[in-house]
Amino acid sequence: MTSTATPATAGLATAARRSGARRKSAPPGGGTSRLHRNEQKWALGFVALPVLGYLLFILYPVLFALYASLTRWNGLGAMEFIGLQNYANLLTDDRFHQSMWNTIFYLVGIPIGLAISLALALAMNRRLVGLTVFRTIYYIPVICSIAAVAILWQWAYNGDFGLVNQFLGLLGIDGPNWLADATWSKPAITLMMVWKGLGYSMLLYLAAIQAVPRSLMEAAELDGAGAWQRFRAITLPMVRPVTFFLVVTQIIASAQIFAEIQIMTPGGGPEYSTASAVFHIWRQAFQYQQMGYATAMAIVLGILIFIITLIQFRLNKRSSFVLD
Amino acid sequence: MSTSTTTMDLSRTARTRIADTVVWVVLAGGAIFMLAPLLWMFSTSLKSQLEVFALPPVWIPEVPQWDTYVRMWDNSYILSGFANSAIVTFSVTILGTLTCSLAAFSIAKMRLPFRNTIFIGLLTGIMIPFPTLMIPQFVIFARIGWVDTLLPLIVPAIFGNIIVIFFLRQYLESVPNSLIEAAKIDGASFWQIFWRMIFPIIRPAIAAQFILWFMAVWNDYLAPILYLRTPERQTLQVVIASMNVQYATQRDYPLIMGASVVALLPIVVVFLIFQRQIIESIALTGSKG
Repeated sequence: MTSTATPATAGLATAARRSGARRKSAPPGGGTSRLHRNEQKWALGFVALPVLGYLLFILYPVLFALYASLTRWNGLGAMEFIGLQNYANLLTDDRFHQSMWNTIFYLVGIPIGLAISLALALAMNRRLVGLTVFRTIYYIPVICSIAAVAILWQWAYNGDFGLVNQFLGLLGIDGPNWLADATWSKPAITLMMVWKGLGYSMLLYLAAIQAVPRSLMEAAELDGAGAWQRFRAITLPMVRPVTFFLVVTQIIASAQIFAEIQIMTPGGGPEYSTASAVFHIWRQAFQYQQMGYATAMAIVLGILIFIITLIQFRLNKRSSFVLD
Repeated sequence: MSTSTTTMDLSRTARTRIADTVVWVVLAGGAIFMLAPLLWMFSTSLKSQLEVFALPPVWIPEVPQWDTYVRMWDNSYILSGFANSAIVTFSVTILGTLTCSLAAFSIAKMRLPFRNTIFIGLLTGIMIPFPTLMIPQFVIFARIGWVDTLLPLIVPAIFGNIIVIFFLRQYLESVPNSLIEAAKIDGASFWQIFWRMIFPIIRPAIAAQFILWFMAVWNDYLAPILYLRTPERQTLQVVIASMNVQYATQRDYPLIMGASVVALLPIVVVFLIFQRQIIESIALTGSKG
């Protein structure tokens, strides 16, 4: 895009003639003419709100957080500077480690969910009756609010009367009291997340699969490639960008899981087995008023997520974020 | 159902037909798995207290207790929850979308000074997750006395959403510069160019982002729970979560499930109506990501 070298219009030429001498020193096509200055003013006006919002609600909070993480502070009183003490404390804080480990555990749901969604997308790519209905049904959990879904599943995981154990009972399995059992609480929440997210991944996979040229598949078929070979050699590479996008965005989202935990296990679960990083930060900051310490944890989490996002930007060639 | 149509398709082999049937059955089984929890939520809301705790489980209540949907409005904040959620969601999405489309126009098509600095600067904002910002933001809003109001949920969003700006800018790239140059020669102001030319062109992209943003704000939980304390000021999601805590001790599960059904209903209805557009938006956003 050549923003400064667009052909001068009649109006521009007059303006340029008027500003005669100055024009010589200005770059060719210069941004100094009155019309250009006018356009620049409007352009700046149009981005003013997002830029201001960025400064007020992102940059300033980040700088504030960086400083607050170096203090002992309850959110109201004075901030007492204690250097890197908060970060040092993180190294020996069992609950923080537990919550980080829990958060990593939840990531297990991502490959499981992606595998199922890809299989679903392949199934939906066939010419079957009622596909639209299926697509709608699989997608409904995605649009449901996380609060309602968490409330529903909390009840569904009830050990005695919950849907899950009733179903397992039909198969002759005596299910655990999921959310009250330190072994089963994390898998239970992971399963719920997979259920909620399937439709979204499925939809993106379906779009990617449908973009695979039919001729490619037919040619492979004529050459005697079996279904599995076609899947490995054509479909899988073709959907790789979508897989990459989903993996990264879902890591970023799962790393911030909060509502499910706070609603389904208000205390962080048995032996703190469900508490996620964000849940732990929220609890320290807003229930125990350890704002300085909680901010240090938030910074650590933020850096990890920042790195993942950066990897996405660097590797994903399709997101062209550099202009010109 | 599937076999009857596939048999008419003579070009297909018997093997494909069998495979199609198997796939259809698996899809149908999966669909039951997807729907069962939601149906069970609805059925629980109509059960009597006795049926909720009946063993073996009752699937269809003998006498549906429609009363649940009447009594839930007493002594609860569902109605104010709806109103608050609507206020937040509509003001954020409408005003925010306007901010974002103006910014996208400026970045993509105007002579914006420091364009790269501004754009890349804004993009770094996407990389910082909300949990890192929530404590400082809370303190800022606490100092100006906005805690327990809807303002902290609305005001920052009116300043625009960087992801939406990014997406609209991508979309605007396909609009030829010559169109805008021609309008400038005709003496149109930039506001006119935006309103009469750019906005109609990018309307599909705006619609896509609007729907996604709407659902995200409507379903948001973390920010509302930080700021909203007084029950009548809470958004719907926080209201049903508090009802979940309050009525679980009374073991009134029909009421909890009924409230969740009511909370889900509007967004599910919107989804069913605008299904095609929503699904297209999501596929579009995903492939542009």
